Amino acid sequence: MKILKLPKDKLDFFASVLQRFGEVHAPVEENGEFVFRRLARWSEARLDYQRTVLPLKKYFLPPRETLLEYRPGRGYVPADGGLEARLVLFGVHACDIYALNVLDRVFSGRYPDPYYETRRRNIAIIGIDCRPDERCFCRSMRADFVDRGFDLFFHDLGDAYLTIVGTALGDDMVLATGPLFSPVTPADIEEYKRRSAGKRAAFELEVEIRDLPEIFEMEYDSGIWDELGERCLSCGSCSVVCPTCYCFDVHDEVELADNAGRRVRTWDSCLFSTHALVAGGENFRKSRASRIKFRYYHKQRGFVAEYGRPSCVGCGRCIAACPVGIDITQVIDTLRGVLHAGAQ
Amino acid sequence: MLAPSEAIGLQAVLRENPYLPAMARIVRIHRMVENNYLFTVRFLDDELARNFHYLPGQFVMLSVPGTGEAPISISSTPSRPGVLELCVRRVGRLTKALFRSRTNDLVGIRGPYGNGFPLDRMAGNDLLIAAGGLGMAPLRSLLWYALDHRDQFGRITLMCGARTPQDMLFRDELVSLLDTRELECLLTVDSDPGGAWPHHLGVLPKLFDHAEIDPARTYAAVCGPPVVYKYVLERLLALGFSKDRILMSLERRMKCGIGKCGHCSVGYKYTCLHGPIFTYWDAINLPEMI
Repeated sequence: MKILKLPKDKLDFFASVLQRFGEVHAPVEENGEFVFRRLARWSEARLDYQRTVLPLKKYFLPPRETLLEYRPGRGYVPADGGLEARLVLFGVHACDIYALNVLDRVFSGRYPDPYYETRRRNIAIIGIDCRPDERCFCRSMRADFVDRGFDLFFHDLGDAYLTIVGTALGDDMVLATGPLFSPVTPADIEEYKRRSAGKRAAFELEVEIRDLPEIFEMEYDSGIWDELGERCLSCGSCSVVCPTCYCFDVHDEVELADNAGRRVRTWDSCLFSTHALVAGGENFRKSRASRIKFRYYHKQRGFVAEYGRPSCVGCGRCIAACPVGIDITQVIDTLRGVLHAGAQ
Repeated sequence: MLAPSEAIGLQAVLRENPYLPAMARIVRIHRMVENNYLFTVRFLDDELARNFHYLPGQFVMLSVPGTGEAPISISSTPSRPGVLELCVRRVGRLTKALFRSRTNDLVGIRGPYGNGFPLDRMAGNDLLIAAGGLGMAPLRSLLWYALDHRDQFGRITLMCGARTPQDMLFRDELVSLLDTRELECLLTVDSDPGGAWPHHLGVLPKLFDHAEIDPARTYAAVCGPPVVYKYVLERLLALGFSKDRILMSLERRMKCGIGKCGHCSVGYKYTCLHGPIFTYWDAINLPEMI
């Protein structure tokens, strides 16, 4: 593993070189919130940010995306708009990289999704470490650290970044900057370890995920779900901001003139009442309670069976986004009996 | 995260595209019962038409140009290649558009998807096929597959129920099977308004009174509305069927058919990938399945 050091005062020069590898996007502050977007100038970047409103899935599974075009006489043709754009996402937190690694498993497999996978290939990722706030529980979800899924990862050492080179592309970025990076010293390594331990100790929020799948099964008929169903508005905000919610809807749009059209996919949510509705009117999850239960079940229990870990990464976005204050960590605590139902 | 030099040709990647349907021509539209037609389609690409391999119990995603896409089970058998037969009920937006098509119109097809029936496990065993209402649509593929590979199975029993004789899908075909010795064919209707139905009267589970079934050496394939599952499963369990010898074909909302869109999940399984054929044991272990 290649581990190097970049002095912080060389960061803006490094960023200018990065443009050779693609359009640089980074977190910026907008109306008191953080969003990932294209930088107009490097000084806009806020590497000290707390979570962005939307996760990075917007780059890989856009909220709205044309999959196919239909032309009478030619049939269906794949749409390729925007797939070849080369981007560099600078300043991605570990939990968000972990979430992409989770999505990779969904969009690969027996039927690889060429749209997702092409974007994944064309978008470089430079991670940066962070400090937890009162909504971060990534440590509990084992997503406070990633060992892959990035081209470079920057760990703050105070006046420099300890840089882990994750891919050949990351190495090309390092080499393109000439002598900016230097080898790490024993003192740098000590400082890294001290800060790493400090970060682990800084978490205020914690949940226990051991045997959670089994507890979900035991509490499947619990009254907790009905109480949550009474509060939940089925607005889908939690799905929109979730870095591992990937459900999508597909519909056709027709151009009136010549019967041509396109097939479009858009973000969807299992909290919407139509999510499990089939033609003829049968709905397998009619009640809000059954839908919010399904969301937690799929994330915290279903994924464990299918992929060996929950898909939740503990980013805290759904806690921040829920208009009625439903908090996943409190739901888990309630299920575990740590809190009594209704004490939320 | 690929170095620029490793970039893969985009068009080549998109050609290997699981969302891309192949065009097929509607070669026959057969009105079976009110609101339930059998569409026979053939891929425009001759090679694809000949080599479209599938298993009984699998489904395709059917595109009606300008309207959309929906999962449709395959009613034909892979033992008779060349065309696909799709039994469709007019219930939703897509099927309404399909019913407006005419012979020679084009549709899009991709697939086949789903697990299909576990033929390797079923081979050498007796077969009980129990279909209620639209349940015959996926089970007809298995029925004809078994009849076309008669030596691979022991006794074959077919139980088919419909509300009235006019509602029975594939009625003429099933009635013609009453005369063969290849299988035990039991047909019933809930009621017979015309008074001309010479076969069984009563709900589907009552046919068990007329069948000889050895649960230890039989696989039961069941499909129908929820009420059929409820009472047929009761009878099967009472006979002593092991839960993994009961196979069910499920229906769910699907937008992709390939395990991505999330709509067809039951518990932690996807109907499109892990199903649509599930054992009763799967069903007990997955919430909301039936």
